[in-house]
Amino acid sequence: MKMLLKTLLTIMLAALAIPASAALNIFACEPEWAALAQELASDKASIYSATNALQDPHHVEARPSLIARARRAQLVVCTGAELEAGWLPVILRESGNPDIAPGKPGHFEAAQFVAMLEVPTRLDRAEGDVHAAGNPHIQTDARNYLPIAQALSARLAELDPANAAFYRTRLQAFSQAWQAAITRWEKQAAPLKGQPILVQHTGFPYLNNWLGMKQVAALEPKPGMEPSAAYLSQVVAQLQQHPVRMVIRAAYQNPKPSAWIAERAHIPAVALPFSVGGSDGAKDLYGLFDDTIARLLAGLK
Amino acid sequence: MFKYTALCVALFAPLCAHAANDEDLRAIRDEIQQLKDSYEQRIAQLEQRLQQAESDSKATPASTTAQQPGRATASGESAFNPAVSLILSGTYGEFQRDPAIPATGFTMLAHTPPEQGFNLGESELGISASIDPQFRGVATFALDPAGGIGVENAFVQTTALGSGLNFKFGRYFSGLGYLNEQHAHAWDFVDQPLVYRTFWDNQLGEDGVQLRWLAPTDTFMELGAELGRGRGFPGSDRQKNGAGSGVLFAHAGDDIGASNSWRAGISLHETRRENAQADGVPDLNGNGVSNRFSGDSRTAGLDFVWKYAPGGNTANTSFKLQGEYFRRKESGSLTYDTAGANITDSYAVTQSGWYLQGVYQFMSRWRAGLRYDRLDSGTAQVGALNAANIISSYGYTPTRSTVMLDYSPSEFSRLRMQFAQDKSRQELTDNQLFLQYVMSLGAHGAHQF
Repeated sequence: MKMLLKTLLTIMLAALAIPASAALNIFACEPEWAALAQELASDKASIYSATNALQDPHHVEARPSLIARARRAQLVVCTGAELEAGWLPVILRESGNPDIAPGKPGHFEAAQFVAMLEVPTRLDRAEGDVHAAGNPHIQTDARNYLPIAQALSARLAELDPANAAFYRTRLQAFSQAWQAAITRWEKQAAPLKGQPILVQHTGFPYLNNWLGMKQVAALEPKPGMEPSAAYLSQVVAQLQQHPVRMVIRAAYQNPKPSAWIAERAHIPAVALPFSVGGSDGAKDLYGLFDDTIARLLAGLK
Repeated sequence: MFKYTALCVALFAPLCAHAANDEDLRAIRDEIQQLKDSYEQRIAQLEQRLQQAESDSKATPASTTAQQPGRATASGESAFNPAVSLILSGTYGEFQRDPAIPATGFTMLAHTPPEQGFNLGESELGISASIDPQFRGVATFALDPAGGIGVENAFVQTTALGSGLNFKFGRYFSGLGYLNEQHAHAWDFVDQPLVYRTFWDNQLGEDGVQLRWLAPTDTFMELGAELGRGRGFPGSDRQKNGAGSGVLFAHAGDDIGASNSWRAGISLHETRRENAQADGVPDLNGNGVSNRFSGDSRTAGLDFVWKYAPGGNTANTSFKLQGEYFRRKESGSLTYDTAGANITDSYAVTQSGWYLQGVYQFMSRWRAGLRYDRLDSGTAQVGALNAANIISSYGYTPTRSTVMLDYSPSEFSRLRMQFAQDKSRQELTDNQLFLQYVMSLGAHGAHQF
């Protein structure tokens, strides 16, 4: 046992001697926040994304690699609104890093800076996978990035005051370019306004709110619940009364339910990237919305 | 408004009484009119200010919430209530043999098997919250089906030490191995592997202190040490100063691409067993006797877990492979037949056990699992005085094979069916069937890897 203790101490000392890198260490819970941090911090930060667009951010394992990354992070950038409730608390606790605990400057929740939709009036697990703070999929409305970018940039400057001027310049450039892009996207997406759609999971209220599409029904009877055959046939019946133009789902979701209903209702099934990296076109934040709108418009044809 | 006019008239009425001519009357009327106008103006101003003040007091909090959507606005005592979770769980077990019979060659170790028939298994109540900026408290109470409450966990952990350090004190599940820290509701099978049942009495709980340190590396590397009372088996919970048991463990883990992740660990445990009594131990004369052991117990363990999910997305299919190996050396003195012959001499034995299990989620919400268990009772070195009494080698290898299938309608509920062929007791092959439900109410904390 003494031998082991000696080895452990040696490892500890060796690890302590590793020099900390100069760049701001950012741990992003979802790829869209990693991309936004990249826009705002450029080479002043080293950014790690805990999930990719093909993973459901509700269900992620508190993997050892995530704990190790959080250990040295100076800033975690997450959606909040309980989206990461199933894994982030364990990671923050086990990381032994109090700088990124909730409430600290190193803990950034994007959902705090936008108006939340679908805030439940009835909080009961019988309603399925509902979030007390509202629907957490805020990243599907491009307009939400402006207030979030502003708050995130201010947070970057607070944590890294030496580069505050740099972050301000980046924010200005991003806000201008993003505002121009929003105008462009809204023009492109004009034909989508008022179009009835079907969704696989209620992950698109912000997108609908922005582009004016009308969600007629969801393929999940309750958020996060698998549909039964009886429920699906009920949806098919509903679609005969209220026809929709397409069924949409996020890239990480099982394609089967969408494909099933698309075949029966003779509508296109559209998979949206949902986050950066969710499709070949969604290489960055601009690509995410270019591709999302292109796919939706293709669904109309 | 009428009220004020009436007031004016009442006030000025005596003046009017001795004013005789029309001019005087007109002048008085004008004066009254002026007074009336000025009062009306002032009253209107006051009303306006009141309205302004009212709307201001309403608007202030409303505009704050609009600026900070999503911020918690709860207040009062209940806002500080801790997170409360309740696990409701129960099993139905059908055995062909008496579950009370321990594995062959392991009568001197622990044996707490699952119960037969319908029974309320592991219902547990968990409460946790931050205590202050430095501490977080966690308590888990196991509800005994027969009545009474057992304190499973009751510990405080630091939240602000930093530098990757986590310090924990109170009653906790030891960090050794992989399965030991997991609560029963997170197990992939109804019961624990045989090696956990015999070596740790299902799960090692300790009263003491634990320090963990996470290395600042991209690869997960964690070291931990514990000093405890020696409460949990194989400790014998003595009253003494100082520590009754010690644990050292180290874990490493990482991802391989987006689809694979792993964790591996080594652990050491040391305690002293004092006057550990075991009944019904078979001897060389074919009787079951009561023996007593006092001595040192040293255990080393290896554990690993590998998880696979295509693209890291666990929603549809995933696979988990895990295995653990423990080896224990006990050396000291053994008293043979405490109720009769009562002969004490030296005794030392090295025993080991392992399990390997795989759980495959073949479609959303459905999982199937397979587990294989094996124990080795070793060959004991028995002192000369007891050489003719104590069995030094049983020449039997206890094994068990288990299959399970579970369905989770949501992440808060799980229904499970399990079948095991238990060959842990020589010539007593047992086919065991289990049905189980595990339901989680209230706050549901995040699960560990």
